[in-house]
Amino acid sequence: MSAIAVNPADASADPRIPLRNHLRHTGALIRRNLLWIRQDPESMFDAILFPVIFTLLFVYVFGGSIGQSLGGGQEAYVQYVVPGLLAMMGMNMAQGVGTGFNTDFHTGVMDRFRSLPIGRASVLIAKISVEMMRMLVASAVLMVVGVLVGFHIHHWLGMFAAIGLSAVFGSALMWVFLTLGVTMKSAQSVQAMGFLVLMPLQFGSSIFAPTQSMPGWLQNFTDYNPLSALADAARGLMVGGPVAHGTLLTLAWSVGLTAVMAPISIYKFRTKT
Amino acid sequence: MTRIDMNSGGTAVSVRGLVKHYGETKALDGVDLDVREGTVMGVLGPNGAGKTTLVRILSTLLAPTSGEATVAGYDVLRQPRQLRRVIGLTGQYASVDEKLPGWENLYMIGRLLDLSRKDSRARADELLERFSLTDAAKRPASTYSGGMRRRLDLAASMIGHPQVLFLDEPTTGLDPRTRMEVWDEVKSMVGGGVTVLLTTQYMEEAEALASELTVVDHGKVVAQGAIDELKARVGGRALRIRPADPLQLRPLARALDDLGITGLATVTVDVESGTVLVPILSDEQLTAVVGAVSARGIVIASITTELPSLDEVFLSLTGHRAGAPQDSVPTHDREEVAV
Repeated sequence: MSAIAVNPADASADPRIPLRNHLRHTGALIRRNLLWIRQDPESMFDAILFPVIFTLLFVYVFGGSIGQSLGGGQEAYVQYVVPGLLAMMGMNMAQGVGTGFNTDFHTGVMDRFRSLPIGRASVLIAKISVEMMRMLVASAVLMVVGVLVGFHIHHWLGMFAAIGLSAVFGSALMWVFLTLGVTMKSAQSVQAMGFLVLMPLQFGSSIFAPTQSMPGWLQNFTDYNPLSALADAARGLMVGGPVAHGTLLTLAWSVGLTAVMAPISIYKFRTKT
Repeated sequence: MTRIDMNSGGTAVSVRGLVKHYGETKALDGVDLDVREGTVMGVLGPNGAGKTTLVRILSTLLAPTSGEATVAGYDVLRQPRQLRRVIGLTGQYASVDEKLPGWENLYMIGRLLDLSRKDSRARADELLERFSLTDAAKRPASTYSGGMRRRLDLAASMIGHPQVLFLDEPTTGLDPRTRMEVWDEVKSMVGGGVTVLLTTQYMEEAEALASELTVVDHGKVVAQGAIDELKARVGGRALRIRPADPLQLRPLARALDDLGITGLATVTVDVESGTVLVPILSDEQLTAVVGAVSARGIVIASITTELPSLDEVFLSLTGHRAGAPQDSVPTHDREEVAV
């Protein structure tokens, strides 16, 4: 074995890590996160059960009454709520990232990662990559359950586009929750914080019900809520209707959140001791 | 293995005026330290002395408030990436992924150190074998015993053939037998030429592994030097002899006092445990003591050698107890029954 024959005298600068190495490191860390799932398959329960439970609950509990206001019944509500739930998927997966990462952070292995010659962002990117895969599993389950309870996919291409859009927005949210996960002291506080943020965002949106019947001030909120934009875009893409406004708004939010939160979380992670 | 040729005459770790403050707390308060290449430096001190802070700064996990430190010639602040490539770190708590099997832990670190897939696999197999973990290769690390986990941790630190190895209290919390196992592993690593900086709370551990010792307390170096030199200053080993007949306790002590060997002036009798404590400085003295005892025909029930405890070391070197504020505990506060 020949170690790196660097003469420290002329190595005054610290060479940057080449992209190829970054990809290799991220790959190794993705493998780590995937092995966790193999080691503990129950950790996939939320990705699989969440879409099932929410679809059944909303369709059978609220479906009849909300459906009437949509000019149909439960059948009409299924068409309305399934694309909405797709918008919610990213949000729920993202929340788990924060708590999971916070727990991970308190284990000794983080010290090892940070003492290795790897870009520290690769630890975060690997985590997000695996969570995106979980999100796609959840979306697939949602589509299957949706179709079973009567959802009609009008545009197959649109469906894939909607899933992609929801994944993009979900990954942006993951950076938000990663920042929380790195910053806050305990996993419990991350979860509590996530819950406080998520509940109003989820229900104050067009995910579960049309916003026309809401009071004016709430409508103002829902109009700016990125989840409404995503839900509307998903509806347009899968069922038909206006697409451009919601899609652009969602993408704008995604880019904005990522541009702000990704550097912050990487910085926080880098400087955390 | 190509070694870095250092201008400074083979100094693997160099620390100058290192300070780390956490608000009002001075975790490190001006530490100087040199570790020569291929040697083991023991950093001995009580909890909260700043040992872990020192290791964290040297392994680039923490930035110092002020001062300078280089490892293998690389500056901790200016060249962290190159520095990380030549160090291995075993923390106070096992720094392995508990959810991953042992083999996967090592393979992952190989990949993170830019070894090829093939080399990573080979290195993982090799190190599991060397640390006697081959049978447990496929089990999650969470099912390992404390000693196995520590061995896996050491193996993980060795993947990149580090030039400098940081061991932060490698045996804290281990039972005596497992502690010996870890010591043996560390000794064999040192045989391979790696430089080690080891922190510990046990004089015994420092003596077993280190050739040089830095004693720290309250973020400051209180003593530094070759371990034999410091041992001579703190009185080295002591022999505890228990006569079969407790009535022989005083005759035994008198006999040893009469021996007249230099350094044997302070024979103490511990009536409670029925033993006599004799400080010794060399194996010759040990032999002389044993010879004198048998010459007097005193029957001995047990004879053990003891190392001074961390507390006693501190007392001898600094005049106060480890971790205690200076002057708060007077020097004569030792529970000994002098003859």
